[in-house]
Amino acid sequence: MLITCPYCGPRDVIEFTYQGDGNRERPQPASQDLDAWNAYVYDRLNLAGDHNEIWQHSGGCRAHLRVVRNTLTHEISSVAFTRGDHKVAARHKAEGKI
Amino acid sequence: MVERQSPLELELRAGSHGDFEHGIEVILSETRPGSILQLAAWPGQEKALIAGIRAVTGLALPDGAGAGSTGGVRSVFGFAPGKFTVVDEAEGLASAFANVVTPAIGTVTDLSHGRTAIRIAGPKAEWVLAKFFAIDFALPAFPVGAGRSTMHHDVFAQIQRTGADQFDIYVFRSFARSFWKALCHASEEVGYEVQ
Repeated sequence: MLITCPYCGPRDVIEFTYQGDGNRERPQPASQDLDAWNAYVYDRLNLAGDHNEIWQHSGGCRAHLRVVRNTLTHEISSVAFTRGDHKVAARHKAEGKI
Repeated sequence: MVERQSPLELELRAGSHGDFEHGIEVILSETRPGSILQLAAWPGQEKALIAGIRAVTGLALPDGAGAGSTGGVRSVFGFAPGKFTVVDEAEGLASAFANVVTPAIGTVTDLSHGRTAIRIAGPKAEWVLAKFFAIDFALPAFPVGAGRSTMHHDVFAQIQRTGADQFDIYVFRSFARSFWKALCHASEEVGYEVQ
């Protein structure tokens, strides 16, 4: 399986580390909503098809990447840096960090 | 300055090795640069850092991922978004950057004692490296001056092309001796010289 890193170009999957399901939304650190934390830790969509994932190019530029991988065919349909991720940016904005 | 000892000393045997009767097609050497730095820019400060690199080293960085340039004595290449490796034959490059790369622009990390620089040159350099790394070493895909970060099994390596048939490889010092031995072994069939 090849992942095309936006910085390094196509590289073998051995250079990458899987960082988990990209659909999860981490609750606020101070949140005491146990259902939200339970969902964050345990609930997975387990899709048969296109799946949002976070990978790190640990054996290359070390960037974290948002990857859409088809769990049936391993076809990668999109790869982007998580830096500048609109969901993360929106959350930071809401928290007044930027 | 602390006197630096090469991790390759026990294994670096100058002379011709392997199948050299048909000609030497690869030359291996340790370049022992005095300074190896990693510079990183905060988001949005990339241009300021590139300008700082030019001011200190005199090297202009071309646009693009992994782009770099080499002037022989000094070399620079990008290895990650907003991050660059800068190498100088002389020691003390980190202090030259200290006033240029301010805390508002980014960071300077001195890795001079943490990396070992190995040079592979010759008509079969591309061919030998292709046995190690799953990247395209052809000149159009990997132009002179450009850098790549990749790995050979668990040995992380940064590679810069410093000539049409010459590459400088930066590996962790602790992996350098085993990597050197593997490189020698892989070069045997084309005939190699250690300088």
